[in-house]
Amino acid sequence: MTALELRDVSKVYGDGAAEVHALRGVSLTVEPGALVAIMGPSGSGKSTMLTIAGSLENATSGEVVVGGRALSALSRNERARLRRRSIGFVFQDFNLLPGLTAAENVALPLELDGITAKAARKAALTALEELGLADRAARFPDELSGGERQRVAIARAVVGERRLLLADEPSGALDSVNAEAVMRLVRTACRGEVAGVVVTHDAQLASWADRVVFLRDGRVADQTPPLPGPESLLTPGRGQ
Amino acid sequence: MLKVVAIARPACFYTEYDTQLGDSVRGDGTVSVPHALLALLSEGPKYGLQLREEFEARTGEVWPLNVGQVYTTLQRLERDGLVESDGAADEGTQKMFQITAAGDTELADWLRTPPDLASPPRDELVIKVLVALRMPGVDVPGVLQAHRAYLVQLMQQWTRIKEDAADDDLALLLAVDAELFRLDSVVRWLDSADSRIRRSPAVPVNREASARPLPRVRRKTGARR
Repeated sequence: MTALELRDVSKVYGDGAAEVHALRGVSLTVEPGALVAIMGPSGSGKSTMLTIAGSLENATSGEVVVGGRALSALSRNERARLRRRSIGFVFQDFNLLPGLTAAENVALPLELDGITAKAARKAALTALEELGLADRAARFPDELSGGERQRVAIARAVVGERRLLLADEPSGALDSVNAEAVMRLVRTACRGEVAGVVVTHDAQLASWADRVVFLRDGRVADQTPPLPGPESLLTPGRGQ
Repeated sequence: MLKVVAIARPACFYTEYDTQLGDSVRGDGTVSVPHALLALLSEGPKYGLQLREEFEARTGEVWPLNVGQVYTTLQRLERDGLVESDGAADEGTQKMFQITAAGDTELADWLRTPPDLASPPRDELVIKVLVALRMPGVDVPGVLQAHRAYLVQLMQQWTRIKEDAADDDLALLLAVDAELFRLDSVVRWLDSADSRIRRSPAVPVNREASARPLPRVRRKTGARR
């Protein structure tokens, strides 16, 4: 079963003379354990693609399938439940709630999903610990550095049973060392049954992905083939 | 004001070689082997073979070096009075080399001398894009995308090396970062060119990029000459 499938997805905003075609027949498959980067210039449709993949917006036409479930077949409540349980989002500006501590921010989606506060807090602390933030659990967002805030956001995105991690310019305002740390975490999170999609215009960020899809004018213009295993990089005389 | 110190360099002083990243992309880095050897000798006397091993280890094995290059370079350094050997070695016996006072001065000057970045390089990619612009019927954005995808694939491979590197392998991490920033700057130039060209009414529009062979990053063994 694929983690995410977009089948001939189109998105049109407005109508008549104001009609804007943000996506034009985009198809994409992301397998569990894979990290895919979507690259493209501003206005290429990459953020729209991410919001549709995460069921934050509906496609005008085409089908989105998350974890084997077609979004068009789900009710509004079922989609919201799928979002809370299976999909984690990471945004450029972190989107942490300023009045909650790091642990409370991470626990929030689990509590919203009906998990007890105690169990949610335990899961949140585990997620924070895995990201090296155990000693920051009681801090509020404004007491954390930019890199730490983004790590909290990643913890929130992967906590619980999430299967799909969607990130929009996840290291946007961070310096290169912190940006690399964020991508290492995203990469580590995308193992086993968890898949990830990262939208970016930054080639260094995209290079952490297994596959890079180039979006242009709302269409998939190109994509990189699967990478050879690391052993091939050390084989004498390959590629000559 | 920055003082640019001109190093006296005989025509054969610098050993220039590329990192040969793939079939068509060549690294444009010029590695100053003589100065790297002087740096290693500044720690104390060493044998030629030992110098090669230490050079490769300290550059994260990203810039391989063959024994011939090491001995040829050492001979030139000795001729120029920058190193001296024990001189007593018989045929088949390894010579021990050590840096001279003139070598120390040369090394100190080199460390603070900016590389020559003032003259624009004759970049093959820039030339290809400029040629494509003048050729009728060429899909220039398609040409740009072909190069962009190739460079991103190379970056993916360098990033895998970085991902697998030990946290304390600073030489490898720095060398790979340098390569990633270099490739990234070329991708950024392609993006900028793409944007400029798309705003120009005289250039043909995009079409699907054709399939390309996967580039190979070669580390250590593949790039030795």
